[in-house]
Amino acid sequence: MISFNLLIFVSLAYVVFLFSVAFAAERRAALGKTGWLRSSTIYTLSLSIYCTAWTFYGAVGYAARSGLEFLTIYLGPTLVMIGWWWLVRKLVRIGRTQRLTSIADLISSRYGKSGALGVLVTVLAIVGTTPYIALQLQSVTQSIGVFAASSGEVWLPRDLNRAAMWVAVGLAVFTVLFGTRNLDAHERHHGIVLAIAVEAVVKLCALLAVGIFVVWGVAGGVGPTLDLIDASAQSQWAPVPSRWIGLIFVSGAAFLCLPRMFQVLVVENSDESNLSTASWAFPAYLLLMSLFVVPIAVVGLDLMPAGANPDLFVVTVPLSEGRQGLAILAFLGGFSSATSMVIVATLALATMVSNHIVVPSWLTARTPGAVVSGDVRAVVVLSRRLSIGVILALGYIYFRLSGGGTALAAIGLVSFTGVVQVLPAMLGGVFWRGANRHGAGAGLLVGFTVWAWTYFLPSFGMDAVISQSVFMSGPFGIDWLRPEALFGISGMDPFVHALFWSMFLNTSAFMIVSILTFPNPLERLQGAQFVNVFDYSGGARTWSQSAAQAEDLLVMSQRILGGAEAQAIFRTEAQSQGKAGFQPDVTADFVGRLERELSGSVGAATAHAMIGQLTEGTMVSVDDLIAVADETAQIMEYSSKLEAKSAEQENTARALREANDKLTALSIQKDAFLSQISHELRTPMTSIRSFSDILRDGEIEDDARKRFAGIIHDETNRLTRLLDDLLDLGVLESGQVQLNLGQGMLGDVIDRAVIASGANAGTLEISRKPAREAVSVQTDLDRLAQVFINLISNAAKYCISDAPQLRIIVREIGGQTVVDFCDNGAGIPNESRVMIFEKFSRLEDAGKAGGAGLGLAICRQIMGALGGDVTYLPGQNGAAFRVTLPAAHALAAQ
Amino acid sequence: MIKPGRTEFLERGSYRQRRFRDAARLLPILAAVLMVLPLMWPRENADESLTSSGVVYLFGLWALLVVLAFVLSKVLRFSDPADGPTDGFEATSGRGRE
Repeated sequence: MISFNLLIFVSLAYVVFLFSVAFAAERRAALGKTGWLRSSTIYTLSLSIYCTAWTFYGAVGYAARSGLEFLTIYLGPTLVMIGWWWLVRKLVRIGRTQRLTSIADLISSRYGKSGALGVLVTVLAIVGTTPYIALQLQSVTQSIGVFAASSGEVWLPRDLNRAAMWVAVGLAVFTVLFGTRNLDAHERHHGIVLAIAVEAVVKLCALLAVGIFVVWGVAGGVGPTLDLIDASAQSQWAPVPSRWIGLIFVSGAAFLCLPRMFQVLVVENSDESNLSTASWAFPAYLLLMSLFVVPIAVVGLDLMPAGANPDLFVVTVPLSEGRQGLAILAFLGGFSSATSMVIVATLALATMVSNHIVVPSWLTARTPGAVVSGDVRAVVVLSRRLSIGVILALGYIYFRLSGGGTALAAIGLVSFTGVVQVLPAMLGGVFWRGANRHGAGAGLLVGFTVWAWTYFLPSFGMDAVISQSVFMSGPFGIDWLRPEALFGISGMDPFVHALFWSMFLNTSAFMIVSILTFPNPLERLQGAQFVNVFDYSGGARTWSQSAAQAEDLLVMSQRILGGAEAQAIFRTEAQSQGKAGFQPDVTADFVGRLERELSGSVGAATAHAMIGQLTEGTMVSVDDLIAVADETAQIMEYSSKLEAKSAEQENTARALREANDKLTALSIQKDAFLSQISHELRTPMTSIRSFSDILRDGEIEDDARKRFAGIIHDETNRLTRLLDDLLDLGVLESGQVQLNLGQGMLGDVIDRAVIASGANAGTLEISRKPAREAVSVQTDLDRLAQVFINLISNAAKYCISDAPQLRIIVREIGGQTVVDFCDNGAGIPNESRVMIFEKFSRLEDAGKAGGAGLGLAICRQIMGALGGDVTYLPGQNGAAFRVTLPAAHALAAQ
Repeated sequence: MIKPGRTEFLERGSYRQRRFRDAARLLPILAAVLMVLPLMWPRENADESLTSSGVVYLFGLWALLVVLAFVLSKVLRFSDPADGPTDGFEATSGRGRE
């Protein structure tokens, strides 16, 4: 007797405790102290709502009936979580950037903010979840019934129903209280999350306590427990491959697609880095939850009478051993499992219902007229509260209708298979840009229909919804439509059959229709945003150019968010634009941002539709998309052009710098030349003048007069030569040179040059190879000789060597005759080589030779005029010049 | 043709980080293979298909996976310096009114 009253008391105390925990968390969050409320521990624990009463009680029952197969239900989510880098990370990022409020919102938002898809997913989720909620109610009432029975009370079904009703009411109150406080789903439900984290700890501790008690208290250690397993009815493990794989798949998929899991995994996620902790901590949690399931099942089978319900072993085994405290803890664990699931599932469904069904209908039904600040918000909150009540009522009604019988036990898998119909649309939406709303809709409808026909309706049993004749021979006698043998393939396990056909046909419809149809621009935009979520830092432009007024937008935002919050957003935006007040410029970016803010409250589809009313006809079009793409391409092209230009400019700058250096050097040289030339002109002029003075004034002896006249003559010659050179250069440079073409042997020309330069008279030793010089040339021979003379006399003048030598080598390189003049002097320093062919240029120390610095300049001009070239030839142990004869005129003598 | 703005060769730290990501992607595949491996166990006589050996294998595997995932979670970084700032959650977490 005491134990039952104690149970009720403890349960009530526990409920009060949960309320106060949630309340305290809300208080903290309201004060802005969300630090540890957003920690990875809380996040991981909140994921544990995956473990419902179906896990807590059902896993043991499952293990007692089918051995290790129950593990698949936990291995699937383990795979998903340790593979978080593939998918969960992306979903969470998308959830954050798109302000998703539910899985229906994900699908609707991805496929062009489609309202219809949102409704479809919502309906699917309700149909799939309601039986599951009923299952939780059943498990709680059944376990209460166990205590009642053990304390001698007789509970009629009526009492169980009443208990179930009160549980449902309590859950509704809790969910309404802590689930609909905040409207922006991204402000998150700290109270609920903390409460379910606490419940996660309680259910884990309870199951571990029972497990430890069973292994060490009843069986007597690990070894005996394993022996007990080997001796039990489940000693043999012969997994059915198709079921094993199918169950791992469906549980992993359900982990992602269940509305409540999406709620805690994506919507309530406040920090992406929590994922990396959850990636190992959540599998560890599942491991611990499953660890003692087989021992409890085996010991239960061993201890309990033959007809005992294995689903309740977690409670009945401690009770039968007289451990009431442990049994109450186990009850609290089951209670926690059931309630946390129901709370989050109801909240997630209520959000979906209000965002995708109620608010859109309300907006459509209302004639546009007077709008009141916060009116939409009030509707949203009210509709969520009502939805919570309605969904729990549905669960209760389902529980009553199904009679709380064993039919419910199988509902877990049925429910999982139903909700995973969203998977193709979800994965396709996240990884495949080509997925579109027609495909998603077709896939969902096909999958949903096949699931309902092959699994959901048959799960009620023979003749319940589908008559036996239909099971046997198909509807209207169509044999290949038999619910458990589609297309005539019979003999499959019903679960595998339903899963295979629903997923296969769903995916096929999704892909084929997506391939054959065309998405609208918004879908394409959203598709790119979802698939490439890591490449976008913010949201893309959804609106091309807004015609809306800031005031209209503010009025609308106030309807959804309430006055203060909407004004805060507008003021922030205005400030960021550098304006005072509440009316920022309505840019496309701002409208996009505002839409995301609003979608955090009412869902993407509704937010989009509401903004659409104000900015009618200015939604993004295909042309805009292409324009954006063009813009990007243009920017890229422009930047690559800039790059090329800057490289070009660098080259130009380098050339300019070189030219400048050259000019500076030339200017210096020119100054030097001018002083040199004046000196050159002045010296002979001075001697001419002084000697002519002497000749005019005095009586001079004859031989002295002769000598003086000779000096005057020599000096005049020198002046003439200088002026000739200057004139020559002038003529050559102006291009008016008259060429006197003739033909002769190269050797003769060199002979002439050597003699004319007078080099053979001095110390310079000239070495030649006459055989090679037997080349006939056709050019202006005099001019060529002039070049040679210049080069030879240069060598004679400048070759500073004890035994000056000049090698004159004739070669044939690449079909052209070249003549190299190489001396054995000091050569020309590197920095001067670019200068020597410039007129006025002279090497500094060369003044002693009395040249005016025009020789090489003239040579180059001459060779240019002849069509050849003269260049400095480095690396010859001295100064070396190469004269390249014009190709056309160089003919072999032979 | 390499896309502009994409780094072709990485310095040591980023290179290692990329390989950790590869490991993170491979882990679930490895795990999936090991999870279905018992389907191929010989089961000709009763001694070869004991539930108890299944329990030991599956929980051992599970514990190993938890450890591997733990190690990966310690070495994986959300943002890779070679990717630029766009791949970092820091880049987005500052936005909005969160």
